[in-house]
Amino acid sequence: MLGKKVRLRAIFIFLVLISLALVVYILFKSLEENVVYFLSPTEIHEKQEIDFDRKIRIGGMVKKNTIKHSNQSINFIITDFKNEIYVNYSGSIPNLFAEEKGVVAEGFLKDKSYFIADKILAKHDENYMPPEVNEALNKESTK
Amino acid sequence: MIFGELGYYSLIFSILFSILLFFFIYQDYFIKDNKVSTKVYSFCFLQFFTIIISFFSLVFSFLLSDFSIVAVFENSHSSKPIFYKFSGTWGNHEGSLLLWVMVLSSFLFLFLLNSKKNPKKYRLLTIFFQNILVVGFLIFIIKTSNPFEKLIPIPKEGLGLNPILQDPALAIHPPILYVGYVGSSIIFSSALASMIVNFVSKIWAQSIKIWVLISWIFLTLGIMLGSIWAYYELGWGGFWFWDPVENVSLMPWFALTALLHSIIILARRNVFQSWTIILSIITFTLSMNGTFLVRSGILNSIHTFANDPERGIFILTFLIFLSLLSLVIFFAYQPQKKEDFFFNFTSKEMGIAINNWFMIFFLSAVLIGTIYPILLEIINGKKISVGPPYYNFILAPFLIPFLIIMTISTKVDWIRSNINQKKKELLFLLIFSFLFILIINYYSQKISIINLLIFFSSLFLIFGLSKDFFDFFKNKKKINLSQTVSHFGFGLLILSIAICGIFSKETDVNLKVGESIKLDNYELIFNDLSMKEDKNFKKIIGTFNLVDINGKTFHFSPELRIYNQPPIVTSEANIQTNFFKDKYIVMNNISGSDYYNIRFQEKPFMVWIWISGFLIGLGGFLSIALKRNSID
Repeated sequence: MLGKKVRLRAIFIFLVLISLALVVYILFKSLEENVVYFLSPTEIHEKQEIDFDRKIRIGGMVKKNTIKHSNQSINFIITDFKNEIYVNYSGSIPNLFAEEKGVVAEGFLKDKSYFIADKILAKHDENYMPPEVNEALNKESTK
Repeated sequence: MIFGELGYYSLIFSILFSILLFFFIYQDYFIKDNKVSTKVYSFCFLQFFTIIISFFSLVFSFLLSDFSIVAVFENSHSSKPIFYKFSGTWGNHEGSLLLWVMVLSSFLFLFLLNSKKNPKKYRLLTIFFQNILVVGFLIFIIKTSNPFEKLIPIPKEGLGLNPILQDPALAIHPPILYVGYVGSSIIFSSALASMIVNFVSKIWAQSIKIWVLISWIFLTLGIMLGSIWAYYELGWGGFWFWDPVENVSLMPWFALTALLHSIIILARRNVFQSWTIILSIITFTLSMNGTFLVRSGILNSIHTFANDPERGIFILTFLIFLSLLSLVIFFAYQPQKKEDFFFNFTSKEMGIAINNWFMIFFLSAVLIGTIYPILLEIINGKKISVGPPYYNFILAPFLIPFLIIMTISTKVDWIRSNINQKKKELLFLLIFSFLFILIINYYSQKISIINLLIFFSSLFLIFGLSKDFFDFFKNKKKINLSQTVSHFGFGLLILSIAICGIFSKETDVNLKVGESIKLDNYELIFNDLSMKEDKNFKKIIGTFNLVDINGKTFHFSPELRIYNQPPIVTSEANIQTNFFKDKYIVMNNISGSDYYNIRFQEKPFMVWIWISGFLIGLGGFLSIALKRNSID
């Protein structure tokens, strides 16, 4: 028979491996469920299947003359100069949110051109463009 | 001006001295006596001294607004308050790296002065490894981010510091955080050295524990200052966003906390040798990794930092070199002594082993959440973000057993303890905490099971430790005060975060001056707007009255600040704090309209989050202070 010490060590190593496997499984499982994808209006437009229950981020430029306010909400259009999406948002608005500036909104799609946002991401720098927006805009303008 | 030259050349000299230091360490290493030669001492001092000179030259260049230096031009402005000129020194990439090297070098020097009781070869090797770090970063600074780079012609005025960085908490945040980060460097160096000279032992652990404590305290405080700043300055009312830049400071904290625990076991029982070494290496690697990720611009973060691929590649190369070096040393110099691997189920050692398991789990969760989006983008170009839902989902359930085991561990003894004596106490605590959450549940039904269990387990810890405090003050029983304070702080932290997270209320409305709006329990009236000039910004002050159901009125005056250089608008929240809750109002302008976007928040127990953070750090401080007294 194996000595007590060896057996204990084997059990210990076994436990470590099991917990490792478990941890990896749980981590990736929860990543899968909780990740937020970033899409440009064109990507949404071209997408075949859309999961309307899934939170996404969309980014682009706030179209000129489209911001409309009321007491509770604000409406505007996000464009990547090829496709646009109508956004309805109620919540806090960052100071740097303005027409013809880059914006990232987080929320749910109602249909392919209507987006209910629950967050607009704040940016700290007037020259700063979120990398996603920059890329999305570049991609569309070079096509 | 003179300071630019002085700073640059003393930086060059510091490289020279550091390289000579390698030579003297080598020379001294083979001399068989027990004294480190005076040459090593003097060159350590010279290195330290020249870096200090260089750093303060940069400080003076900032204070004197010397715009012939690029770093000053880009990050300062003559109209800036003197305090922010000072803190502007490290509010940019170049200056912050100089600060980083200064801390590295001062730890090297302090280690040399404070390690006289240890073997000579170990001391020399520790300095050798630490010196590799210093030289690596000095070359990095000179090659890619020279803080004293000249600008011709000399501009009349600087571009100014990003206004959101012009804040007292954020002014002192980087130095404190860096002491925490860089403090782990000396642990790393001494871990490598102690492996080579086969000094991984109780004595090593006892001598290195103080460094672990120091960097842990500073890292804790640094992270906390960062979140306090985020809370009142970013205007969202949150204090932690699971932003990559925050995560990279949290990861070394987990590793360091695990190390802090495992080093205690090593110091007492001489077990966990290899594991402690691994943690020492991981901690510093993560600290450097943090710098790499932040500085290379790989992180897509809400915080913007100057970035440059060349810098990223340099740090990455250096990081890989260090990791390989430590791996080679680790496998080549495995500790020879057989250690007693197993311990009793009901012992403090077991508690600490479990603590380490959880710390590594939390660390992995945050690590994967942070790098997964980067990897995914490289692999298939998909852009994703991993936010709070992931972290809440993954961390919250694990906090429950973590807190419960923590409570039990603080009650058991080393080696083997008879849990039966404690059974009564634990059972009583269990029932007491359970009654408490029944009450909570009765008053607000909508709490999920997970949250209830978090309440339960954190209360379990808090009550358990309260009893220890009671024993200490009332019955004069001996307790480990520092441990009790820190763990109590941790329990309180989780409890207040949970309460604040669950019972917070927020409303966003768009209002014009003179309008008012009915909220749940309040009426919010937008009375007035006024304008005021300040030193380097204009402020627009909104005056609000908040009337609660009993007719009691609270006055709020959040501000918008329009900075002249750079021209940025920031919001200053107006927060009214008491021990029960924070009332938080922040206002934003909506460009092109008369509306202001007002966010009103009630955040119960907010202040307790900060208090518990300080308690956690205080525990570490007590550990140093009380040790000193008991030995001297």
